[in-house]
Amino acid sequence: MDNKQLVVSLSPHVQSPQTTQKLMLNVVLALMPAFAVSLFYFGIGPLLVTLLSVGSCVLIEYLIQRFVLRTKSTVGDLSAVVTGLILAFNVPSNLPWYIVVLGALVAIGMTKMSFGGLGNNIFNPAIVARVFLLISFPVQMTSWPQPIESRLQYTDALTGATPLAVLKEGLSKGQTISQMDLPSNMDMFMGLMGGSLGEISALALLIGMVWLLITRTITWHIPVSIIGTVAAFTGILWLVAPETNANPIFHLLTGGLLLGAIFMATDYVTSPMHPAGMWVYGIGIGLLTVIIRVWGSYPEGMSFAILIMNSVVPLINKYMKPKRFGERRAAQ
Amino acid sequence: MSKLRTFRKGGVHPPEQKLSADRPIERLQLPAKVYIPLQQHIGAPPTAVVAKGDRVKVGQLLAQSGGFVSANIHSSVSGVVESLEPIADGTGYKRPTITIAVEGDEWLESIDRSTELNTNLDVAPDEIVKRIAEAGIVGLGGATFPMHVKLTIPTGKKANVLIVNAVECEPYLTSDHRVMLEHGPEIMVGLQLLMKSIGVERTVIGIENNKPDAIAHLSKLAQDYKGIEVQPLRVKYPQGGEKMLIKAITGREVPSGGLPIEVGAVVVNVGSVLAAYEAVQKRKPLFERVVTVTGKQLEKPSNFRVRIGTPISTLIEAAGGMPSDTGKVISGGPMMGKALISTDVAVAKGTSGVVLMPSSEATKGEPQACIRCARCVNACPLGLEPYLFARLSQRGRFADMENERVMDCMECGSCFYACPAKVSLLDYIKLGKNEVGAMIRSRNAKK
Repeated sequence: MDNKQLVVSLSPHVQSPQTTQKLMLNVVLALMPAFAVSLFYFGIGPLLVTLLSVGSCVLIEYLIQRFVLRTKSTVGDLSAVVTGLILAFNVPSNLPWYIVVLGALVAIGMTKMSFGGLGNNIFNPAIVARVFLLISFPVQMTSWPQPIESRLQYTDALTGATPLAVLKEGLSKGQTISQMDLPSNMDMFMGLMGGSLGEISALALLIGMVWLLITRTITWHIPVSIIGTVAAFTGILWLVAPETNANPIFHLLTGGLLLGAIFMATDYVTSPMHPAGMWVYGIGIGLLTVIIRVWGSYPEGMSFAILIMNSVVPLINKYMKPKRFGERRAAQ
Repeated sequence: MSKLRTFRKGGVHPPEQKLSADRPIERLQLPAKVYIPLQQHIGAPPTAVVAKGDRVKVGQLLAQSGGFVSANIHSSVSGVVESLEPIADGTGYKRPTITIAVEGDEWLESIDRSTELNTNLDVAPDEIVKRIAEAGIVGLGGATFPMHVKLTIPTGKKANVLIVNAVECEPYLTSDHRVMLEHGPEIMVGLQLLMKSIGVERTVIGIENNKPDAIAHLSKLAQDYKGIEVQPLRVKYPQGGEKMLIKAITGREVPSGGLPIEVGAVVVNVGSVLAAYEAVQKRKPLFERVVTVTGKQLEKPSNFRVRIGTPISTLIEAAGGMPSDTGKVISGGPMMGKALISTDVAVAKGTSGVVLMPSSEATKGEPQACIRCARCVNACPLGLEPYLFARLSQRGRFADMENERVMDCMECGSCFYACPAKVSLLDYIKLGKNEVGAMIRSRNAKK
């Protein structure tokens, strides 16, 4: 019979329909509720900053691959879109445009492409960019527009402080928690507070987490270990001294904790490769976040905690191995 | 029905595609010529005992087993030996093959051709093993390990459970499924013979839950036999892997590098049980088997009873002919089967199926950068780290691969199936296993 050109390759001959692009698209979709809340509270600022951030990230990646590395462009995998979104979500929505572009350059150019592109970076690109901007532009990076009032303003928005900054400042003046002007739990849960573009609404971020879990884009280990550790640690501190330590709910709803736990710490490239390692990583992030918030000089600790634990990931992968099948002789 | 069981860690669930599950086994007509390879099993090659020009009958010995871990080869047809020379097998390697021109269908007189169930169990245990060895029976699931070797329990070891692999976890394949539905009574008698041969009181037949008719049928038959039970299993690939099946059924883990007998288990494929019945009760050597011929575009996906040595092209013709859009022909299932270079190659003892893939599914996705999503680690049923193997293999760090226990890998392909970046994980692992295997051999040679 006619043996025309048959394809010969090694097994397996079937592949799952899952692709990098679909996974990244799931993350983009999961970020949309938080983006919608941000548009609702902050108006045009989030729109401009997000478009600019995503556009710059994609363009910078394309330009580097086209003209510097001279390789095929991989912007189609949407990973630069995710980085752009996360970066935008981590800055105030009134951030001047050139700072946003600079952030994209640090994220994509310095943190991602110079390490070899997708899959090879040690640190989360968006967080490195955020920390870079925080240190370089401390004023612009810590003036947050007031929700609702400044919907129609961009860089000229009225600004105020985040709840964590209010807490830090109040404590430094010797106030007790009950004397401070902190938003209600319900306001913080819905997103009615000052803060970075995408971190304000716990509800929207949790909806995103549900989407990521049901589409099996991420596993539960990292978010649960971080949230659990922060709740336990701040809970103990609060029980010991409730007048100088905020309660765990306050800590969970503020400072981008959920944004970090759900979307940033779970970045595939910079997190451990199996559940036991994920626990160590998540607990480490939780502990460091609380330590920085309570005893450090910055009001927020999430970004630093994730970066520090990113640097530990190679060690975790090297020394914590999954349990090999048949490792212990089965009891008979 | 008892609770569904499965192995704990890893595994994937590819689309099942059991297109031929409802097609009864048909007897395929005899081809004009058969091509019988001498090496159809794991172990030493047998020695040919016929020469060119010899007239042979169905069931006559063609090649004598070349040692303990080896198997006899028998003629599947009657006719004249035309040649004994190397012919390319499915993977392109030339292997010694006996070609026989078919004349009529004359069986050896010693074979009982009646279809009557022979329930006589009055055979000594070593006689059972001897008859199985003479019949050249090997694992018909695809591993082709000689069955009499499994049934010879090493001194100092003791078997306490016989596990029947009726999982058929590979997508598309249905030959075991049909054998269970159509040869249940023979399987029950075969199991009693096997239990007697290894001295165990308990047999568990593991069947995945996507074959409820087979589970119901064998459960009903098993009520009449002491010690035989059916265990329904959750559908999960690679549950048909020996270690996975033992874990699913008994909860025991075969140690790394060890054999099932170390946890007291002997595992046999359900098709091999039928072959064992026929060998012991009917004195029929293994010269035919059930083969699934299937594919999404095939006109008539089928299950055929096929004489060993029949060209695969004959099977495809009988199933409606090769669709014009065929891009790949796989011998075995799509997860672990081999892509054939030609359909002229013959059915061997280990050929459980032939799967035709349309050209749109014939090529693998373009590999992209690994995003370290850990899907491969989560998919590996053996707790290995496929992404790490790929990286080490690319860098030629084979000693490190050995330390990471690459030789435990059974090449089930779950990692590659799960990979969203389409990284050729298993190709890199196979390369590494080759190199590590050579390292181990040279180390042992020095000792």
